[in-house]
Amino acid sequence: MLEIAVARRIGELDLRIDLALGRETVLVAGPNGAGKSTLLRLLLGVLSPDAGRIALDGEVLFDDVARIDVAVEERELAYLPQDYALFPHLDVMRNAMFGLAGLPREERLHRATEWLERLGVGNLSRRFPPGLSGGERQRVALARALARNPRALLLDEPFASLDPVARRELRVSLRGWLRSWRLPALIVSHDPADAVLADRIAVVEKGRVVQQGTLDELRQSAASSFVSGFVVRRD
Amino acid sequence: MKPRAAGAWEAAQLLATVSLGLFLLLPVVALFATLSWSDFLGGLRDPLLAPALRLSLVTTTCSLAIVVVLGSLLAWRVARNPGRLSRWLEAVSQIPAVIPPAVAGVGLLLAFGRRGLFGAFLDRHGIALAFTTPAVVLAEAFVSAPFFVQAAIASFRRVDQNLLVVAGTLGASPFRTFLRVGLPLAAPGLVAGAAMSWARAVGEFGATILFAGNLTGRTQTMPLAVYTAMESDLRAAQALSIILVVAAFVLLFILRRVAPGAELPGSELRGA
Repeated sequence: MLEIAVARRIGELDLRIDLALGRETVLVAGPNGAGKSTLLRLLLGVLSPDAGRIALDGEVLFDDVARIDVAVEERELAYLPQDYALFPHLDVMRNAMFGLAGLPREERLHRATEWLERLGVGNLSRRFPPGLSGGERQRVALARALARNPRALLLDEPFASLDPVARRELRVSLRGWLRSWRLPALIVSHDPADAVLADRIAVVEKGRVVQQGTLDELRQSAASSFVSGFVVRRD
Repeated sequence: MKPRAAGAWEAAQLLATVSLGLFLLLPVVALFATLSWSDFLGGLRDPLLAPALRLSLVTTTCSLAIVVVLGSLLAWRVARNPGRLSRWLEAVSQIPAVIPPAVAGVGLLLAFGRRGLFGAFLDRHGIALAFTTPAVVLAEAFVSAPFFVQAAIASFRRVDQNLLVVAGTLGASPFRTFLRVGLPLAAPGLVAGAAMSWARAVGEFGATILFAGNLTGRTQTMPLAVYTAMESDLRAAQALSIILVVAAFVLLFILRRVAPGAELPGSELRGA
């Protein structure tokens, strides 16, 4: 369970977001500049809220009243940025093992191999990121993040840097993986096609959640023109 | 442009290129062309050479170590924390590159000399720096630091911020992120910066002679030995100079191999 209640002013943006995720996938949709990326940075801990509280499975990650602000490296969140941010100087296996420091080498190797294979990229372990396709990079980045047994998953525009074919293919795969992992997962996207990934959609505009619900619920009563545009049937 | 004007423009470029190119090349050529093998070998036997060479190697190794370790940490901080303090630190780290080396020597003396700002404090604790080998190291570190720091800041700024955030989410502490992600990705630029900084330290003359003196075996580095040899034997000075030039060429050659993409002399570093 990921509980979010944060406020942060940054430039023009006055962000106030209340959102709670169980073991489900929530798509945070919204126009550019709505505060989606800021929300991710607040959750990651690279930006601090002015006020509010973030808790994960009952453990407080941030609380301005109690003066708690857990460091990025201790939040146990998996984060996949838009470009997947694989370390270009490390091969795929070393990328996958990066988050397992502190474990015995055998264990690191075993866990990294297991996740790379599970995501279908076990054969790439000696390759370097600059030589991989966009889809391969995404799989490696997911394997790297999940090998750590994170408590929640944050994805920023997961398909934005893929070509249309890879995008469709990976969207189907990711939907299956998300169902099987049963982690609280938050996907930031402006692409309506990503709605199929989510159990629920939260629409953010100008720093506020203006509406949330399933795709069908949003279709029945759209709260804004962005929402009605976002949920319109394309099939 | 009219054909005649275009022709004049072409000619001006050609003239400038040839004359400046020759002007820059001629002194180096002269060093080699005007010395016979036997004079060169004779110069190598000059009693000034061995102690000066040894001292230059030892002191520039020390100054380089100081500059690289402290400079990397400062540069990382400046590159990662944009803000007024960082801009100020960046400007401060460039001061030695723009003030004349002789002025740096006077400043070092007034700061670390026996009655200097900080030197008086050291003196009370029985530590004298001026006119010692450590003073040579300080003078070299002072004048060469900007070259490394500037290159390091630029290289660290080029490291993708996302990689550092992701390293954090993968459990890496800020120090481990620096060590495993920041340093390796900035390495080519750091190596180039270190080489330029080392070259500047090897050539350091003005600050050294004022702050450390010119004592054979203790503070007389290669450039000072060249200066001293000039007074008695031009051939010896020339032989010592050739050693320095060859060392510089070897360094440049290795750099182009090790860090082919890195910025080399002149692109972002000001000569002193």
